[in-house]
Amino acid sequence: MSQQTATRTDVVLRASHVSVDYEGDSPTHAVRDVSIELSRGEVLGLAGESGCGKSTLAYAVTRLLQPPGRMVAGTVEYFDAVDDRPTDLLALDPIALRAFRWSKVAMVFQGAMNSLNPVTTLRKQFDDIFTTHQPQMDKAERVRAAGDLLERVGVERARLRSYAHELSGGMRQRVGIAMAMALDPQVMIMDEPTTALDVVVQREILDEITRLRSELGFAVIFITHDLPLLLEISDRIAVMRAGEIVELNTAYELYTNPQDPYTRQLLASFPSLTGDRGDFIRTGVHDDRLDGRDDRTKAARAERNAAERRESNDLA
Amino acid sequence: MTSLEFRNVTKRYRVRGGGRSSELLAVNEVSFTLESGRTVALVGQSGSGKSTIAKLLLQLERPSSGQILLDGHPIGRRGRGLQEYRHHVQMVFQDPFASLNPYHTVAHHLARPLQLHHRAHGRPDVTAAVDRLLERVSLTPARQMAAKHPHELSGGQRQRVAIARALAPEPSMLIADEPVSMLDVSIRLDVLNLLAELQRQENLGVLYITHDLATARHFSDDILVMYKGRIVESGAADQVILNPQHEYTKLLAAAAPNPERRLAQMNR
Repeated sequence: MSQQTATRTDVVLRASHVSVDYEGDSPTHAVRDVSIELSRGEVLGLAGESGCGKSTLAYAVTRLLQPPGRMVAGTVEYFDAVDDRPTDLLALDPIALRAFRWSKVAMVFQGAMNSLNPVTTLRKQFDDIFTTHQPQMDKAERVRAAGDLLERVGVERARLRSYAHELSGGMRQRVGIAMAMALDPQVMIMDEPTTALDVVVQREILDEITRLRSELGFAVIFITHDLPLLLEISDRIAVMRAGEIVELNTAYELYTNPQDPYTRQLLASFPSLTGDRGDFIRTGVHDDRLDGRDDRTKAARAERNAAERRESNDLA
Repeated sequence: MTSLEFRNVTKRYRVRGGGRSSELLAVNEVSFTLESGRTVALVGQSGSGKSTIAKLLLQLERPSSGQILLDGHPIGRRGRGLQEYRHHVQMVFQDPFASLNPYHTVAHHLARPLQLHHRAHGRPDVTAAVDRLLERVSLTPARQMAAKHPHELSGGQRQRVAIARALAPEPSMLIADEPVSMLDVSIRLDVLNLLAELQRQENLGVLYITHDLATARHFSDDILVMYKGRIVESGAADQVILNPQHEYTKLLAAAAPNPERRLAQMNR
C-alpha cells in the first residue's frame, strides 16, 4: 500500500520493456525493449538522430502508433495525480482511450503548420477539444476558455477568429501548445516542437514552455536531436540509438560525465558557442569532479588539437 | 587571387495579395567582398535575406540596383559571360535529397560539370577525374561510389557528392547555403571539416550561410550578421560572437542553446 502511494506521487508515466515493430516483409525493430519512467513535473529529454526510434517510442506510449507500426511487447502505465489506481494504457477500450487522450496526456507536434486545420478558425478547433471532452461547457464558456489559453501562451485573444495561415510559425507553435494545455494534462509530449523555427523564436517558445511548466506542473517528454537544447531545459536525458536507450542520466551528469561512446559522439557534434576557438569537442563546464574521470574526452581533445596543429604547420 | 564584390546591392520583390501589391525589400544596400582563401559566414534568422544573397550570387536573381563584381568586372548576363562566372563561383545547396537527380548515377552528376566546363575530355579522362573528385571528398572506393544512384547514399554521402560536383569546375568561390542543416547531427561536423579542409587546400573563398552561430564562429574568418535585409554587424568571427555590438547580434547569441550557462549555475 505504502509502496503504491510512493509510486503514485513520484511517477506519472511508466513504460516497461516496450518494443515496437514496423511490419513488412522483414519487420523493422524500431524500439527494442525500452523501459522509461517519467516523474511528475519532470522534463525528460529524448535525444537521438533520425530513425533512432525516439518519436516511435513517444507514439507508442500514447497509443498513437499507426499500422504498420505495432507495439509488440511491453506495458505502459499512467498514474493520475488524483486517482488512486494506475491506468493500463494498453487495456483501454476505444471510448476510454478517447477520453484519456488529451485530458491526461497531450502532444505538441513538430509541424505546427500541419497540426492545425487550415480550413477552420482557431476558435472552432478549440471548440472541438471542449465539446468532445467537456460537453457541459456552453458556447460562451468555451470561447472564454480558449481565449484564456491563447493569452497564457502570449497570443492575443482576438486571434481566435484567425485561420492557421494567418499566423507566423512561432505563433502557430504557441497555439499548438495552448491546445495541448486545454484540458490541463499531466503529461505533455513534445515532438521536435521547435525544430522548424529559427533560433530567436525557438528561444521564445522554450522560455514559454519552461514558464508554463513551473506554473502548471505538468511533466514533459521533449524529443529532439538538439542535445545542447536538451541539456539546457531537461532534468534528465535519455539518449537513443537504433531503438535502444544507450544512456539515461541527469542533464548534469550526462554532460559532465558521459558514459556511452555514442553520447560522447553526439556531444562532440555541437561546437560550443563560447568555448575555445577550434575546440569542437564539448568538455562541459569546469568541474573538479571531472578531473581524472573524463580522460577519454580529454585525450580525444588533445589529439585533435595536435592533429590540427600538425595540419596547419604542414600548410604553412 | 579572386574577389567577388557586392556593391550596394538591393533586391526588391513585388508581393501581391488581396488585390493590392506591395514591395518587399529582401536585400537592402548590402556591400561585402569575398576573397579567395577566406571563409565568411553569413548569419541571420529566417527571412533576413540570407538566401536571397545566395540567389543573387548564383545569378538566379538579378539585383534591383547595385552591382556584383568578379575581380572588379560586372558579370555577363547570359552565354559565355555567365558560364565564365560559373567557372569561378559554385554552390552547395541545403537539401542533398533534392539537389541530386534520382535518375542519374553519382558518376553522371560529376561528369556533367567536368565536361561542360572543359575540365576533362574523353571517357578515360572523365572517369579518372570523377574518381579523383570522389577521393577528395572521401567517398571511397571511388569506382563503386560512382556507380551508385542517390537513393543508395546516406544524407552525408549525398552532400559529399554535392560538394564534389561544386568542385568539378575548379571554382575559386564556393557558396554553401546551410550545407549541413538537413544532415544528422553526428555527421555535420565531418562535412563542415571536409569543407574547411578543401577550402585550405584549394585556397577557396567560401561564403557559409547559416543560422548556427556556433559553427559560423568555428569555421569562418569573418562573420556578417544580417537582419531585415541589411548587414547590421560584421567583423572577425571571434569578435562578433564573443563581443557582439549590435542589439540583434546580442539577441541571436543569447537565443542559441547554451548548456554551459545553465550547468554553470547548477554547479554553483
